[in-house]
Amino acid sequence: MSPAIGATLNRVDGRFKVRGESRYSAEVPVPNLTHAVVVNAKIASGRITAIDTSEAERAEGVLAVLTHRNLSPVATVPKLLPSLAGLAAPGQSFFPMQDETIHYAGQPVAIVVADTIERADHAGTLIRFEYAPTPATTLLDQARDQAYVPERIFGGLLPGHASRGDVAKALAEAEVCVDTTYRFAPNHHNPIEPSASTAVWEDADRLTVYDSTQGPNSVQFTLAELLGLPPISIRVVSHAVGGSFGSKAMVWHHPALAALAARHVGRPVRLVLTREQMFTSCGHREEQEQRITLAAGADGRITALRHHKLSLTSPFDDWAEPSLQSPSVAYTSPNYEGIYHLVRGNTITPTFTRAPGEATGMFALECAMDELAERIGVDPLELRLRNYSATDPESGKPWSSSGLTECYQRAAELFGWHGRDPRPRSRREGQWLIGTGMASALYPVTQPVNPQRARARLYNDGTAVVEAGVSEFGTGVFTAMTQVAADGLGIPVERVRFVGGSSDLPNVTAAVGSAGTSAVGSAVHLATTQLRDELIRRAVADDHSPLRGADPAAVQVRDGKMVLRDRPDVGETYADLMHRTFMPDVEVLGTWNPPPQDAGYGVHTFGAQMAEVAVDADLGVVRVRRMVGVFAPGRVLNRKTAHSQLMGGMLWGLGQALLEATRMDPRMGRWANASLGDYLVPVNADAPDVVVDTIEVHDEVVNPLGMKGVGEIGVVGVAAAIANAVHHATGRRQYELPITLEKLL
Amino acid sequence: MRPVSYSRATDVGAAIGAVSADPESAFLAGGTTQVDLLRIYVEQPRRLVDINDLPLNRIEELPGGGLRLGGLARMSDVAEEPELVRRYPMVAEALLLGASPQLRHMATIAGNLMQRVRCSYFRDVAAGCNKRAPGTGCSAIDGINRGHAVLGTSDCCIATHPSDLGVALVALDAVVQTEGPGGTRSIPIDDFFLLPGQTPEREHPLTHGELVTGIDLPPLPVAATSRYIKIRDRESYEFALASVAVAMSVVDDRITEIRLALGGVATKPWRARQAERLLDGAPATTESFTRAAEAELAPAVPHGMNTFKIELARRTIVRALEIMAQREGTT
Repeated sequence: MSPAIGATLNRVDGRFKVRGESRYSAEVPVPNLTHAVVVNAKIASGRITAIDTSEAERAEGVLAVLTHRNLSPVATVPKLLPSLAGLAAPGQSFFPMQDETIHYAGQPVAIVVADTIERADHAGTLIRFEYAPTPATTLLDQARDQAYVPERIFGGLLPGHASRGDVAKALAEAEVCVDTTYRFAPNHHNPIEPSASTAVWEDADRLTVYDSTQGPNSVQFTLAELLGLPPISIRVVSHAVGGSFGSKAMVWHHPALAALAARHVGRPVRLVLTREQMFTSCGHREEQEQRITLAAGADGRITALRHHKLSLTSPFDDWAEPSLQSPSVAYTSPNYEGIYHLVRGNTITPTFTRAPGEATGMFALECAMDELAERIGVDPLELRLRNYSATDPESGKPWSSSGLTECYQRAAELFGWHGRDPRPRSRREGQWLIGTGMASALYPVTQPVNPQRARARLYNDGTAVVEAGVSEFGTGVFTAMTQVAADGLGIPVERVRFVGGSSDLPNVTAAVGSAGTSAVGSAVHLATTQLRDELIRRAVADDHSPLRGADPAAVQVRDGKMVLRDRPDVGETYADLMHRTFMPDVEVLGTWNPPPQDAGYGVHTFGAQMAEVAVDADLGVVRVRRMVGVFAPGRVLNRKTAHSQLMGGMLWGLGQALLEATRMDPRMGRWANASLGDYLVPVNADAPDVVVDTIEVHDEVVNPLGMKGVGEIGVVGVAAAIANAVHHATGRRQYELPITLEKLL
Repeated sequence: MRPVSYSRATDVGAAIGAVSADPESAFLAGGTTQVDLLRIYVEQPRRLVDINDLPLNRIEELPGGGLRLGGLARMSDVAEEPELVRRYPMVAEALLLGASPQLRHMATIAGNLMQRVRCSYFRDVAAGCNKRAPGTGCSAIDGINRGHAVLGTSDCCIATHPSDLGVALVALDAVVQTEGPGGTRSIPIDDFFLLPGQTPEREHPLTHGELVTGIDLPPLPVAATSRYIKIRDRESYEFALASVAVAMSVVDDRITEIRLALGGVATKPWRARQAERLLDGAPATTESFTRAAEAELAPAVPHGMNTFKIELARRTIVRALEIMAQREGTT
């Protein structure tokens, strides 16, 4: 039997999805169901001075109209904490509808519950609000002078500033210096499934919530605090999730609002966010600018990196996506300074968005590197090699694994990088100017801190069910876990059923930070191998087993049969042993304790990105012709789903480079393009020839299977490779994303 | 959406009768824009009369060599009609460069002409918008207006007309056939689209209950050598930042016939008459094209973010004419 891990296995849930049989959180059949619609503040700052709900209450089918005046208050508002920590994980340290104050446009101000969603929605428009607005800050430019340096960001998990060496001295002595500032439009996640919660009170203190989330347990713990209930009172189920990209990584207001509304009307409540509400209810990538100062010798060796970020955060939290983390360790640099500057504005707290931080931070660094390469007349790839750091430049510790130079080499081969004419505007095909560019990709290997658990149960017919509380939000994790379990037990994948998506199942942390598959995979690996070892132990101890008395270490399992490694004809199946010994099943709970963060290694995932663009010389239109991405993500569980994720990441990078921008109208304090008709993401016609490849690296530090994650590394560096290619094509540097055609006219 | 009653009409007279008798009623055809607008409360009829069963979806030959497109003909069917592709390729191209395959299967030809603007303030009922709520001001003039118009604007409205098809039809001098409570009439396409002026809420001359029954394409041999060029941020499924419909014939390097219209930059599908005048009889050279493009855009008024559209439109006109001149030169 060939190993299941690493093979190309079609998605175990693919058939159901294609047939429309997967149950999403807004589709779970629930008797006696009602529908809730959230009404949002249209002003960005101020307070509600009057509310008239009478017309809404009289509207047909309406069961309740809830505002801060009659909604029962929440018990406690937990502080923002990234869901990777495994605890309550609210998206912001604020819960709406507790008083009359408006902090940002889109803040929930009312909930209408009715017998149909259409009637609830219509009644919502009949509520009359009067506001006393106050001046709002919704753009960096409105309050740049009020920027401050936070002590810590990211829910307190990361420092607001860091340094090593003497940057000022290195800058003063630099032979070459690149000093540039990059601006980034806000981005929104836009998964195809809008967030949805269906809340069902089984009785006064037992609540079931069907929720679209990256972490059912995060929702359970957050609801417990908000509702003042013990976790045993709350069950969160997530059968299928239609994408997330970070929008469902934290727990936002809608599941709690659905639960409160359901308690109020005494019936189950379904609350589905509209596409427009997805722009104001689940965070976003914040508006930001980043200044990079690179000091180098004439040979291109970096002597100092200064990286400052300025971004907009909410009134509640010191949030910045961690843009400085990966750039700070990308290259050897003895002197470093990284500082986050924040401006408080009238916005929901920003959140994780597709390679949060890395996508922007590496854009800034890798564009500056391209400029440095041009300045000193060195090939951009050669410049990266000259500055390659064999150890973590921050700690001096060795990498747990790297593969970066191999990624460069392989990408260069696949792309045909070598022999590139570095002169801008040196290639033209008719109206099209052709250019190529490259960038490094780095993404940290984040680890959960709490134990990760999975349960494996083998039945005496040789089939197994394996369970963990992870949800399937499109990554293919259920498929990969089927493979991990099959290999752990030594049985074919067809005999394994993986079950996830419920907080009743063994606790794993939310699947965030590209760490979901490795966290649950480690637990599944331990559960299944421990179960296998348990049966081997029983077999060698059983007088009636052909394996009686054998050294357990000399026994292996193939196709459900335990055999001696060097005499495969001697052995018996799991089923034989279990039937003979009256065992209906065997069950093991596997627990993986993640290694501490300072285990003596630098842990990062690496890759290389290359892109070729064509720019219309007269019209400024940029079309990406081909992209090559080579990554070293450690153990790949499923070649097909891993490649799909990496490719999808690269296409999101294309979107970041050329299309994606949420536009704020500062007069209203509201987004002006909160729809998929106005917020552009790439369509199939934009997708070029994309080549994805991986470099094998063995990593014994990060987790038992050596997985480093494929979730987000594919995004990182793409936008820089494209921007650098645009410069190569046109001779024009790009300092602002997205690169729309007017910047090239 | 506001609660609405719904009925299906089985003949034209009944449909017109039902809508014209009730000022709070509206026709419903493909619904690809209209249903969106109902859901966001931009349009709030109390009654919808579904006209999809009416026998208005045929494509017919007209005496004298033209084509009549039934008002309810679907975009996808029209785009694939062989005679249309042969005689009016820019119409087929304009249709195929619009929307997505799914939308084109639903959306009708008449509905395409009647579609409302994409201005985000028009679609946001909490924002001021003279087109949606006359007298509340234009939020776009000093707002997020990258997609807005630079030609045909007023101090009341700068929303771009979104239709691609309309641009090709304007270049062809198509005629809109209607039927209403007062009988039938024919409206030249250029009169069918109104400039916003001080009444941006009025987008066409139809009376309430008047139905677009068909669109006549006149016989026009030059249309057989025509193109529709569309420039946009992404490769598919997006409205134009600038587009050009052009039909041109060249004899001995001189332009003998020219039809030119612009999309994506104007408040109505924009017949480029100024450019046509300069091009008619002129040598088919880039110099002529540039001069004509500059003349056409001379009255353009920028509004901040959309300033680039003036230069983009000029260059797109030149590009489209160069493509036509090259093709004409090789035949």
